[in-house]
Amino acid sequence: MSELKELIQNKYNNEAFDGNGSLQSLSQKGIQLFNDQGIPTVKHEEWKYTRIANVLNKDFSYAVNATAVTKADVDDVRLPGNESANELVFINGIYHAELSTVRSSADELVIVPLSEAAKGEYKAVVDANLGHSANYHPDGINAMNNAFAYQGLFVAVKKNKTVEHPLYCYYINDARSNSVLSQPRTLIHVGVNAEVFLVEEEITIGSSDSFTNRVSEIIVEENANVHIYKIQNEDSHSSCVKTTHVRQVGVSKVNSVTLTLNGGTIRNNLNFILEAPGCESHMYGLYCVKGETHVDNHTIVDNVMPNSFSNELYKGIIDENATGVFNGKIFVRQDAQKTNAYQSNKNVLLSDTANVNTKPQLEIFADDVKCSHGCTVGRLDEEALFYLRARGVGEKAAKALLLHAFAGEILDKIELEPIRKYADVIISERLGFEF
Amino acid sequence: MLSIKNLQARIEEKEILKGINLDIKPGEVHAIMGPNGSGKSTLASVLAGRADYEVTGGEVEFNGKNLFELSPEDRSREGLFLAFQYPVEIPGVSTTNFIKTAVNEIRKYRGEEPMDAVQFLKKMKEKMKLVEIDQSLLSRSLNEGFSGGEKKRNEIFQMAMLEPTLAILDETDSGLDIDALRIVAEGVNKLRDGNRSFLVITHYQRLLDYIVPDHVHVLYKGRIVKSGGKELALELEERGYDFIKEELGESVEA
Repeated sequence: MSELKELIQNKYNNEAFDGNGSLQSLSQKGIQLFNDQGIPTVKHEEWKYTRIANVLNKDFSYAVNATAVTKADVDDVRLPGNESANELVFINGIYHAELSTVRSSADELVIVPLSEAAKGEYKAVVDANLGHSANYHPDGINAMNNAFAYQGLFVAVKKNKTVEHPLYCYYINDARSNSVLSQPRTLIHVGVNAEVFLVEEEITIGSSDSFTNRVSEIIVEENANVHIYKIQNEDSHSSCVKTTHVRQVGVSKVNSVTLTLNGGTIRNNLNFILEAPGCESHMYGLYCVKGETHVDNHTIVDNVMPNSFSNELYKGIIDENATGVFNGKIFVRQDAQKTNAYQSNKNVLLSDTANVNTKPQLEIFADDVKCSHGCTVGRLDEEALFYLRARGVGEKAAKALLLHAFAGEILDKIELEPIRKYADVIISERLGFEF
Repeated sequence: MLSIKNLQARIEEKEILKGINLDIKPGEVHAIMGPNGSGKSTLASVLAGRADYEVTGGEVEFNGKNLFELSPEDRSREGLFLAFQYPVEIPGVSTTNFIKTAVNEIRKYRGEEPMDAVQFLKKMKEKMKLVEIDQSLLSRSLNEGFSGGEKKRNEIFQMAMLEPTLAILDETDSGLDIDALRIVAEGVNKLRDGNRSFLVITHYQRLLDYIVPDHVHVLYKGRIVKSGGKELALELEERGYDFIKEELGESVEA
């Protein structure tokens, strides 16, 4: 761990941000907190089931300027539907405009470095929002990203604009010659009455280890509609902590689908802060993992104002030696009367060595609310299996049919057809579903 | 077709079937009646291969094969069909997709090519008419939110699609109103073709007004204690199961 501290401190010293204002103070606070706290161990309540310190205890390089990645490399990893998408390419954590394709016009979509946004038209937005996630994650991991947040990207969707081309964000690590640590940072502002689809995928090229520590903060204004789809389908040597922090500051609607299909150690933090009355949030997750993959979904819904609705459904299919962790927090603040908040986590274990830890956590300070939570861990329904087999469907196919249906409930929430199909093909292959 | 000899079975430690003998020839319709707890549904489950039951003795030959050497799916592929008393709800799997999978798995087993979409749709439409079932119902998740009648009609529809040589109807009449019962029974009757055999399990005689059996057997305490023609069912309806107990010399509780 001292190696990581040295790596981060050296980088901080060498590349010290020379600007001022909110970026500078966040960077300073970040490095300080990181040095104080270090990387959380399992003694930290929020990291009890996920050994992130072990994963980071390796010889990483943190070289954001490595630009050996070519357009052809990017072509290899593009997601379906890319021909009509805006494609934002990050290499080792840093946005590369020359590898990216922006199809939307500048009066719809603004894409500028955070350091620039902090000075211009969006200064107030940056000042008020950048680093807000630290309030919910006062730990060394979030702080480590904050220290270099000034290298991040700012995206704005202008008010009254429906962005026709979805935003595909590829977070590419180039681990062909050495192990890579990367820390992408984005701040996304979705204006009043705007709509946008975000699709985010972590990708590692090469066979060395990679670790992505990504923080995305999203501000959603009144009447805006945001769809966030995250896909994780990497090899076992790729690990990450992804924090998506959504502030719904006006009455608005956000749909999120988080898919974890493969990887090393994966931690997804997803926060919804419902700061206006009448917000609507849908959080869906599917983890279909095997091997030694460890996936940890930590979610927070913070109901600050009255009349909000949130619905959360996470499903897991866990095979071989894989582990799933689910921790779902719902806060209902004193002013958040008439809140409706629902949460459910359902798991199917396919092997004797598969593991799941699931924990709902409700903290309610208002008296007139409807909240529910539930979790299940089990095997496939024997009665359903028998029914299918009694109609001539073989045992293997019957299991695949049931598991595919189980996963399908989440996949159906993806409203971008090419992405939904892409995920469906991966899941179907994984489950041996060929119908 | 089906030959059951001295079949004994238990669930956990409880002996339920205590020596069943039954022969069903091609084209015959046999009814099994009996009071609650006599072992009727156990017989259906054991024949279909439900794992909860343990066969402790006897043998069953189905179309020349030892039934107990076949997995549930292979029994189906060999031509056995069980219409469930409680059809299972399966969210996320439509009847159409499921039945297409089943039809093609059975065809594969028999060394036939899978059905193409056109053939399959044609067959579906034909069989839908048979049980007066609607396309929209078949596009929905299997049995999810279906009424009792819809579930049972769906069972008969699946039977029609899979074209078994032996169909076992496990209390198909339970939970049905008279109209639904008539539709289901008419569907079954249209599938009687002189070769296909049926084993109709029921508590009440009512169903047998519509599906007229060749033979009626009374199951009581795990044994077939009386067999006869269709008139036996009427006698049971009239006199109740108590007269069977009397015949067996058991005391009847008032």
